[in-house]
Amino acid sequence: MHFELTEEQRMLSDTVYKWALNELGPVQEKIDEEDWMPPNFFRDLGRLGVLGITVEERYGGLGMDVLTEVLVTEQLARICPGPAMSMVAHVELCASNIQRNASDYLKEKYLPPLIRGEKVGAMGLTEPNAGSDAMALRCRAVRNGNSFILNGSKMFITNGPIADIVLVYAKTAPDLGPKGISAFIVEKGAPGFSVSSKIKKAGMRGSPTAELNFDDCEVPAENLVGDLNGGVAVMTKGLDVERVVVAGLSLGISRQTLDYSIKYSREREQFGVPICEFQMIQAKLAEMYARYEASRNMIYRAACLAQGAGRGGKGTQITQLAAAAILYAAEAATRNGSDAVQIHGGYGYCLEFPVQKLWRDAKLLEIGAGTTEIRKMIIARELLRKGSI
Amino acid sequence: MKSLVCLKQVPDTETQIKVKPDGTGIVTDGIKYVINPYDEFSVEEALRLKEKFKAGEVVILTVGPDRCTEAIRTALAMGADRGIHVNDESLNDADPYSIAQVLAAAASQEGYDLIFCGHRAIDDDFGEVGAMLAELLQLPQVTLVTKLEIADDTQSAVVERDVEGGKEVIEVPLPCVLTSQKGLNEPRYASLPGIMKAKKKKIDKKTAADLGITSERKLAPTEYTMPPERKAGKKYEDMEPAEAAKIVVEALRSEAKVI
Ligand SMILES: Cc1cc2nc3c(=O)[nH]c(=O)nc-3n(C[C@H](O)[C@H](O)[C@H](O)COP(=O)(O)OP(=O)(O)OC[C@H]3O[C@@H](n4cnc5c(N)ncnc54)[C@H](O)[C@@H]3O)c2cc1C
Repeated sequence: MHFELTEEQRMLSDTVYKWALNELGPVQEKIDEEDWMPPNFFRDLGRLGVLGITVEERYGGLGMDVLTEVLVTEQLARICPGPAMSMVAHVELCASNIQRNASDYLKEKYLPPLIRGEKVGAMGLTEPNAGSDAMALRCRAVRNGNSFILNGSKMFITNGPIADIVLVYAKTAPDLGPKGISAFIVEKGAPGFSVSSKIKKAGMRGSPTAELNFDDCEVPAENLVGDLNGGVAVMTKGLDVERVVVAGLSLGISRQTLDYSIKYSREREQFGVPICEFQMIQAKLAEMYARYEASRNMIYRAACLAQGAGRGGKGTQITQLAAAAILYAAEAATRNGSDAVQIHGGYGYCLEFPVQKLWRDAKLLEIGAGTTEIRKMIIARELLRKGSI
Repeated sequence: MKSLVCLKQVPDTETQIKVKPDGTGIVTDGIKYVINPYDEFSVEEALRLKEKFKAGEVVILTVGPDRCTEAIRTALAMGADRGIHVNDESLNDADPYSIAQVLAAAASQEGYDLIFCGHRAIDDDFGEVGAMLAELLQLPQVTLVTKLEIADDTQSAVVERDVEGGKEVIEVPLPCVLTSQKGLNEPRYASLPGIMKAKKKKIDKKTAADLGITSERKLAPTEYTMPPERKAGKKYEDMEPAEAAKIVVEALRSEAKVI
């Protein structure tokens, strides 16, 4: 088992990192301070050709592999995890789910502009009272002639304030519980659809988050994604890939916090020597590296496995590995962020140094896209079901 | 418009350079290499010309070992059409003159309307190759170019270059050699589709013999050294401010000789 990157993958990683460093690096403080997203962010990514990596070529994508998508996510997250998370929501939560589940008509209509970055995508599952217990969602969709009428609200929706195209889950048959959920594409400007102002967050700033409200919102019946009452299938089909790609955000953070720490510990002198000469600092660097490599190996392996796996979900090897990869990588990144701040001392705690930002950003990845606790439940469920690994 | 872009692969500016213990060169293990930034301006300018005239070709011309393929591929991913890679053991420690010789021979085989060089390479900083190449090919040259306008009949170009405190505007007949300076343009990023396409583009491999050249170096480095380590500063402690100021001023005058 080896995952040597191909020359193209290496070139792509280098290019995306360079782009992030040159284009986002100089404004990263503004992004964080003002919770600001550079206005051409999605169009620029579209031009770089990284918004449709795993999408079929006939819809404007590149038909490439999950690992390549992870690499792009990782490189972008090294500099700006917030905007990188917005990219993942756009690509994975929205576009990829449309590609996997929607009708040809919907794919032709929505995928090309998403992939070019002309339209911004989002996904709305979570509700004010349905987070980890997503199946308890209350948003309702009722058929009315050639439309569905949506009522309810969605909470913490990444890209909510800027999204043109939202994949929304709602109950179409409340009595059937999880088997009564359906997925719809709702466009910005649909009658009865409104977005609250941006939610203020501790980290992942530059990735706008909002609450979405549906008040007798009319959605064309043809915007149903997948089967009626088949929402859970839509939700779970790409879940393993989604976890692997989201884990790439943590990986980028783990790496960058380590890079900053190596550099700083060689430059900063105390007691007449660079602080990297102290064993306690060295131990931190070593642990940070081990965490980074362990995350990287799990994520890349999961990415390769997800590529080959026809079907993920319950009972498959990829499900437990993907959950383990994101569980471990997210905690590793928070830990690396915290260690990096420690190595930077007082300067690390100040807003001028980027390590504290990465530390704040890292924490979200133990919460969003499934919490650490839920990830552990999934892994345990799989292990106990099979009685072995 | 057929442009030849002379492109060098150099250590990344973020790389920490170490000199070999025997002083014969730098330690190359673990160095990350990139396209010389000035050559990126050249690639971009050549691509823009091709786009503007909707015709022509952008050919990348590189001298160097195997690792340089990656730099050529990156330029191809930006949109260049094909590459020529002169890879010859005898050229591994070539001086600017030998490189110019090789480039001149390769350029003569190729044909061109324009030849771009970076005005210098950020590794050895010689800044000689472009000028020597123009001499060897008997071409007019303009160095440190920050703006380029090709006449509609493609027989000449109007070129701007930075001079101390201002700009100089020069008209130059084609073909010619131009050396690119910062400010010429904003190089584009290779796109992912571009990277995929680059895989299929052709890179011709050549040796010095293929070009009928035996390397004739005129310069040989004798020694590389790191800049001297900064000496520890001096501290003047435990004295009255007025007294300290006096001593420091005296030291600045007689020891440091800065005032
Ligand atoms: C910045 C941000 C962006 C987001 N983007 C999106 C998005 O784009 N689309 C979207 O649909 N959602 C999004 N979310 C929502 C996110 O997925 C939820 O926040 C997450 O699933 C957790 O739900 P919750 O916040 O309601 O926490 P809760 O579910 O209320 O959990 C609170 C705590 O209880 C724990 N807990 C819950 N159940 C159990 C259990 N059975 N056993 C043990 N512990 C348990 C949790 O692990 C957690 O520690 C985003 C959230 C944030 C903060």
